[in-house]
Amino acid sequence: MVRYLGAMTSEEKRAWILGPVAVATYLIYLLLLLLTEISYVPLLVGTVLGSIVLSIVLHIAMTIRGPHEPKDERDREIGRFGDTVGQSFVILGGVVALILALAQGGYFWIANALYLGFILSAAFGSVARVCAYRWGLPGRHAW
Amino acid sequence: MVKPTRITNSIRELRLAADGMTQAELARRLGMTRQTVIAIEQGRYSPSLETAFHIARILRVSLDDVFHYPEGEAEQ
Repeated sequence: MVRYLGAMTSEEKRAWILGPVAVATYLIYLLLLLLTEISYVPLLVGTVLGSIVLSIVLHIAMTIRGPHEPKDERDREIGRFGDTVGQSFVILGGVVALILALAQGGYFWIANALYLGFILSAAFGSVARVCAYRWGLPGRHAW
Repeated sequence: MVKPTRITNSIRELRLAADGMTQAELARRLGMTRQTVIAIEQGRYSPSLETAFHIARILRVSLDDVFHYPEGEAEQ
């Protein structure tokens, strides 16, 4: 595993961290929401902030040993591909939130639809990036 | 499923012919990561045209000597 990590660029390590951290913190949020009496607002804010801090800490921990390599054209293309995949889920979350707002749904459901959209965006964007690093970019592969 | 590229390259052979230039050295001169050079050599990544010319220039050969496309593909 250490050798495998050493063979990754900083950006690929970041791609590996992004999805699992987002999913893990969302599961913690759901568990705390369902099993405790804490209001969803501090829970949601707390898990979002926790997710950001955890991502930064893990990224530092994974890259502290190896040399920090600047982004190159492949990193940028893969980043754009991951963003494109992820954005569709942000839009989906936004559309669901809009429908809920128009239907006069509660703030709770609107906030959670948006949050789930962000989580799915991070998760699928991360998977797309990792797949592109491992097996190549779809559609951009044959010049 | 990623469509495999029909473009092949001789970067590895040309590197070795160029005084055994390492992937790391080529990457440094291109301003890229070694992983990107590996991906190009293995056909997992097609570089930009500018990078392709840069690779050829570093290896002191023409673009056609570095990258190859099967004969007759253009007519199809």
